[in-house]
Amino acid sequence: MTDTILSVDNLDVSFQTYNGVIKAVRGVDFDLKRGETLAIVGESGSGKSVTAKSIMQLLPKKTTMIDEGSITYENENLLNYSRKEMEKIRGKEISMVFQDPMTSLNPTMKVGKQVVEGIRKHQSLTKKEAYNRAQELLELVGIPNAKERMDAYPHEFSGGMRQRVVIAIALACNPKVLIADEPTTALDVTIQAQILDLMKDLQKKTGTSIIIITHDLGVVVNMASRIAVMYAGEIVETGTLEEIFYNPQHPYTWGLLQSMPKMHQDRSVPLIPIKGSPPDVSNLHDGCPFAARCPYVMKVCHDHVPDKEQVSETHSVSCWLQDERAPRIKQPDFTGGDHVVQTKTR
Amino acid sequence: MLSKQKLVEVKQLEKAFKVGKKQLKAVDDISFDIYKGETLGLVGESGCGKSTVGRTILNLYQATNGEVLYSGKNLQNGLSKQDRKYYQEKMQMIFQDPYSSLDPRMNVLEIIREGLKIHRQDLSTEEQKEVVYDLLQLVGLSKNHATRYPHEFSGGQRQRIGIARSLAVNPEFIIADEPIAALDVSIQAQVVNLLKELQQDRDLTYLFIAHDLSMVKYISDRVAVMYLGKMVELASSEELYDNPLHPYTKALMSAVPIPDPKIESERERIILEGDLPSPIDPPSGCRFRTRCPLAKDICAEVVPEWREVQEGHHVACHFV
Repeated sequence: MTDTILSVDNLDVSFQTYNGVIKAVRGVDFDLKRGETLAIVGESGSGKSVTAKSIMQLLPKKTTMIDEGSITYENENLLNYSRKEMEKIRGKEISMVFQDPMTSLNPTMKVGKQVVEGIRKHQSLTKKEAYNRAQELLELVGIPNAKERMDAYPHEFSGGMRQRVVIAIALACNPKVLIADEPTTALDVTIQAQILDLMKDLQKKTGTSIIIITHDLGVVVNMASRIAVMYAGEIVETGTLEEIFYNPQHPYTWGLLQSMPKMHQDRSVPLIPIKGSPPDVSNLHDGCPFAARCPYVMKVCHDHVPDKEQVSETHSVSCWLQDERAPRIKQPDFTGGDHVVQTKTR
Repeated sequence: MLSKQKLVEVKQLEKAFKVGKKQLKAVDDISFDIYKGETLGLVGESGCGKSTVGRTILNLYQATNGEVLYSGKNLQNGLSKQDRKYYQEKMQMIFQDPYSSLDPRMNVLEIIREGLKIHRQDLSTEEQKEVVYDLLQLVGLSKNHATRYPHEFSGGQRQRIGIARSLAVNPEFIIADEPIAALDVSIQAQVVNLLKELQQDRDLTYLFIAHDLSMVKYISDRVAVMYLGKMVELASSEELYDNPLHPYTKALMSAVPIPDPKIESERERIILEGDLPSPIDPPSGCRFRTRCPLAKDICAEVVPEWREVQEGHHVACHFV
């Protein structure tokens, strides 16, 4: 048994649309270790959800082309699996929590039944056993009066409670991998804190590996041990939590960290936004996708895609600034004085 | 710096909606002032009534009780048609969702000019166009964008159009209802910087409604916290963040994740139990008591008084 449970190698996903082919994900590489939490961070349209859905094979077969790459789960390439085979993986081995708990439950079905459905799909339990197991699960995710609530419909639950139900369903068959796609984005901050706590707690109990997809670096700090930063369909930087926050190397990561106000920020100092807006992935030029917005852009950035460079064993970045011929750039201060930066340049 | 001249005075404001046979008090007895030239942040979770406060101030909703004074004038009733038009010109709104707050069938010129057509009839069509072009420049777009339609713009650009529209009639007071919630992180900072610049150049007063506490702290001079239709705390933003008094404010602050692993790992967090109770049938006494770690018997019986505990620091809690 290896250390890595899921690995995505050089994944290319594109969609056929009326406006031509959109290359939503290009050359994405990452590994998920057993029991760890990996965060994929990026803005809307960066391809983070497409990556997740291609692991689960939830993308429409007709218009999606996975041109290259492999998704290896327990030494098997999931891309070679048939629909039938995939059904055995989905929910049992790998399961998913979606962003919007308002739409990911069936409004016409009692909550208990929806949990039972998931259990009976993959486990040969009697109705009675499955029902009891469902109740246990609802208790596990912190739903009060689980027994009575089994007979309630989703509309009788608040947003936070619904997300707990969705998590219960996802955990119904003890999956080895849980993919959470923006699990707290639709929730209020105090409820977000509850759900993140719950997920961490459950991970301790079950040892599930988690991929959490989010645009919020704050959420990441609470959950993840490693981070992959995505931009316009590519992973531009990967590293441990500390490496990304205290020694980031990619100008996009710098920009993300800088554009957030810090709790102790001086209000008279303007924020430092990333100029421009994310590129249109249907019309990408050669070269680095961030070149148009990058304050440190060089000639080479417009013509050639940078290679992935290893900064440390766990930290890699795709940027021409890493090249030895590039000028040395001092990392900007993105901590707003909250934390003293280790000024370690490459 | 800050003047102490009151621009907006909200007094015992109440807004109730009918829900079936019951009443939902979205805003229940709220009083506060907004000073000229300041930014007042209004925070709270969804359903706490913060947007309703904003809309009632603008008279988009008719207040059930209480009054709103703008430069000393009551806006709720007794306004002549001419006065009403005058105040509508002085108070404008920026909406949350830049996708649904712009008419998809109008081009940018028409969208921004709509207000001018009503309030600036003294200007000729050509002059109005010039005003629109200037506004587009001001918010960081260009003249060429004027003939395009909303679907051709990104979220951040649309929000800029919304801001230009609200500025068209030269308002003094702008209510921004979650203006950055629908935008990407890297774009949020652009819009916030723009709002701050505009405030300085045009001497604007903002009511900034949001749920993102770190952004609210950054943009606001003073911050008010709402819970289930009631205001629980109001103080200058430094004071509120350094010295929160109400247990709900404390919990809210501690729930906001700080994007710094070291600080985050050392921090103790207060995690609130349970959910927001239904506003149709709110808890008696203090509305926060069902989730409050400090709750005692008195909280169920007596509604805590809204009082000033230090200069400029208001709070409603029995244990402060």
